[in-house]
Amino acid sequence: MKLSEVKKILNADVIVGEEHLDLEVKTAFGADLMSDVLAFAKAGSLLLTGLTNSQVIRTANILDIAAIILVRGKKPSTETINLAKEFKIPLLTTKYILFETAGRLYAKGIVGCLEKVENNSVLD
Amino acid sequence: MNLETIVKEFGLEVRCAPENLKNNVTGGYTGDLLSDVIANSREGYIWITRQVHQNIVAVASLKEHAGIILINSCEPSRETLEKASQEKIPIMVSSLSAFELTGKIYNLLGKKD
Amino acid sequence: MKITVCSTENSLYQDSFDIEGGNFNKAGIVSTRIKSILKQMGLPADVVRKCAIVSYESEINVVSYAKKGVINLTVNPETVLIEVVDEGPGIPNIDLAMQQGYSTADQKIREMGFGAGMGLCNIKNYSDIFHISSEVGKGAHLLMTINIKQ
Ligand SMILES: Nc1ncnc2c1ncn2[C@@H]1O[C@H](COP(=O)(O)OP(=O)(O)O)[C@@H](O)[C@H]1O
Ligand SMILES: [Mg+2]
Repeated sequence: MKLSEVKKILNADVIVGEEHLDLEVKTAFGADLMSDVLAFAKAGSLLLTGLTNSQVIRTANILDIAAIILVRGKKPSTETINLAKEFKIPLLTTKYILFETAGRLYAKGIVGCLEKVENNSVLD
Repeated sequence: MNLETIVKEFGLEVRCAPENLKNNVTGGYTGDLLSDVIANSREGYIWITRQVHQNIVAVASLKEHAGIILINSCEPSRETLEKASQEKIPIMVSSLSAFELTGKIYNLLGKKD
Repeated sequence: MKITVCSTENSLYQDSFDIEGGNFNKAGIVSTRIKSILKQMGLPADVVRKCAIVSYESEINVVSYAKKGVINLTVNPETVLIEVVDEGPGIPNIDLAMQQGYSTADQKIREMGFGAGMGLCNIKNYSDIFHISSEVGKGAHLLMTINIKQ
């Protein structure tokens, strides 16, 4: 689906990347821990998160994330916004909580960017 | 809808407090920031997270959550399990990601309400 | 503490990048540089990705726990070496630090989305060879090898 449709489903505001709304996305990853994102998120996915600091943008850039959706109506700092502009990563904000955000997108056909994690117990 | 329905539907593995699977689930909250979960989740919610630290039990108990589901096959720490058993908070484990599991539970809750 | 990791003779690229401890505004800049260098060199996307993740978690750890540090990047024909040397408290119990979920991170680190005790596990999982050592009171030393061809 196009990013413009994601925006509609989530009643989201576009903070950065109005010109990239016809970007195609199929998968998503939701987390508030950047280490979790780094462990599992895939290139080209949507990142849904409740964090708004600049490390969210840096993490997205490291992983080639397609776009970031900030949940719970979070407003990012100017620094975060500027970094998203610099890296050309679309940044949207929705009032919905992560549960609702993920639920709505999943219902419209967006799937998780990974199927399953079979074994994630403490490493040796 | 009670927890047991969700456990069966998505093949969750119950790690403790199976006696409380009759808990009624009124909604869901997905998140890993404890202060956010304390501020914004509600009583009867099922909490979906990848935090495994024992503090999750205190939060779930405080907010009277129906239970906690750990995603990505994350296992609760020993202290977490001990506390959750004492407080009778069911902890369940899923191999799905937070996004997938949330999507599925959201749809299920929507259907039955 | 300084370990010579490779012969420089046939390496394709070599550079060092300084990291400032405690400066969260700059955390991630070095990893972003490393990523774009490797991308420009035309390395396969999954290799670039692994190197970027490994550098980023390491950089975050230096910023979070050490006074200062350096990342030495070496690209050889068949491997990328990422060496991270820092000056700081070091890691008293490496086995414990390697356990997923173990963390001494403070509130500030957690607000950044780190501090859930997953960093070193991520670094290990994304490296083909991972080596960690530390001298308490002096600093930590990480050496990661990422294979270019499988
Ligand atoms: N460079 C370092 N210097 C000192 N201590 C470190 C360093 N890197 C990691 N540690 C210790 O190891 C623990 C685990 O690190 P890590 O797996 O990256 O998780 P996190 O940073 O989320 O706590 C840290 O909380 C810290 O106590
Ligand atoms: Mg770390």
